[in-house]
Amino acid sequence: MNWFVNIFVAPFTEFSFMRHALGAILSLALGCGPVGTFLVLRRMSLSGDALSHAVLPGAAVGFLMYGLSLTAMSLGGFLAGLGVVVLAGVVSRLTPIKEEASLAALYIISLALGVLLVSIKGTSVDLMHVLFGTILAVDDPAILLVAGVATVTLITLAVLYRPLVTECFDPGFLRAVSKSGSVVHLMFMALVALNLVGGFQALGTLMSVGLLILPAVAARFWAVQVWSLSLAATLIALASGYFGLLMSYHWELPSGPAIVLTAGVFYLSSLCLGPHQGFLSRLVPKKHLKN
Amino acid sequence: MLRAIDIHDLTVGYNRHPAVHHLSGRFEPGALTAVVGPNGSGKSTLLKAIMGILRPMDGTIDLGGLRAGQLAYLPQQAEIDHTFPINVLDMVTLGHWPFLGPFGRVGQVQWAKTHAALAAVGLVGFERRPIGSLSAGQFQRVLFARLFLQDASVILLDEPFTAVDTKTTEDLLRVVLEWIRQGRTVVAVIHDLDQVRTNFPYTLMLARKPIAWGPTSTILTPANLDTARCIAEAWDQNAPVCHEKS
Repeated sequence: MNWFVNIFVAPFTEFSFMRHALGAILSLALGCGPVGTFLVLRRMSLSGDALSHAVLPGAAVGFLMYGLSLTAMSLGGFLAGLGVVVLAGVVSRLTPIKEEASLAALYIISLALGVLLVSIKGTSVDLMHVLFGTILAVDDPAILLVAGVATVTLITLAVLYRPLVTECFDPGFLRAVSKSGSVVHLMFMALVALNLVGGFQALGTLMSVGLLILPAVAARFWAVQVWSLSLAATLIALASGYFGLLMSYHWELPSGPAIVLTAGVFYLSSLCLGPHQGFLSRLVPKKHLKN
Repeated sequence: MLRAIDIHDLTVGYNRHPAVHHLSGRFEPGALTAVVGPNGSGKSTLLKAIMGILRPMDGTIDLGGLRAGQLAYLPQQAEIDHTFPINVLDMVTLGHWPFLGPFGRVGQVQWAKTHAALAAVGLVGFERRPIGSLSAGQFQRVLFARLFLQDASVILLDEPFTAVDTKTTEDLLRVVLEWIRQGRTVVAVIHDLDQVRTNFPYTLMLARKPIAWGPTSTILTPANLDTARCIAEAWDQNAPVCHEKS
């Protein structure tokens, strides 16, 4: 029993920085599960990825003005993400250019701008912090921020649930019965930006999208309804956070990639073992029914 | 509930080219009107303009005090994601939206109505089926059940019976005729002229500009059909600016 405690519990009882990190990553997972599920259902996985890059210049401006301050960088990142989302939405509504094309165009501008801004003042160590995160330095305000993000996310999703589901699968119908389509879409994209910013210190801007997308894609092999998909994605995200941190601690790996790679392992094993059209279920075909 | 849709000198189109040109007329309340014409003659464009999806380039559409949101509309190709994990029951229940909005609770009354709508379109037993598993005909029945629940006084149907078998067409046509009996106005884009002759009292024939509008027997004449085909086939990329006033 001792070895079990040593591996799975002791790191968190012994070190407060590990407890902080665990609190932050578990809160993050709560919001990322359902938001990622909707992102995947809307076929916007890559747009979410693009958005994560767009967050960088905002964070960089915060960094330039206030140094490594989480509040300034998070607020800057959120505003930059929101700006790109709104701009892409406006461009796609007023011109024939599709939304994902606008997002792709804007995020790469945004990323270049961000790297430029960080390189003007910061050292390359700072740049590494911004890009890849430093979860092992999570302090109380950071935990409050992530917990706040998760709370806002879950409450907003509960309120928006019906229009959001409708907007996902039948936008034409929503347009016919209500004018809320664009608002719902924008609010959802704002939630994505919020969760990316929440994942920012833990995983870094480049990898914060990992906890959104990987658990949600993996969940599709385990569940077939929106609520069960969200639940499965959340559980996988929670497990990825916990095991990722343990890996990072025991083998002295950077926490961001460790957590995302753990989520990746969940994804790959779901791909093979998942009961809903995973590889293994294809190898063992079931007999057809009578009717 | 009984209000006419008045169309006055309406021009709608894309990139300055009119798809519906100087159309005037009235869909009488409680009337069942077929919109006929060749492909590309502006039938769908007209319905989209009435729904407020397209903005008129010229002229007006008077919905008689209704808002576009109070009309029910079946698009030709609904942009529906068939892989989305939702079942027939939930999708049809969305038809209560005009009454419940985004937050209203679906109560026993609503569930009962949903089941009645499913029965009306012959989908009893399909409640738990995911929409991705339905055939084209079954899916059209789902869309009709949802329209049914929207309880709109004006219903616009864009090619409701295209790619649907005879049995399904009969069943859905029965639903349409029931709507008319209840005093609703129905406008449907139809390609099967025999079906129009049998079931639709009024016809509007379009070929980008209006050819004829009135009681079906006086509209579906060989002369009108010929004119419609000739006009619809002529398309001038470099058309001059139109100064016509009707």
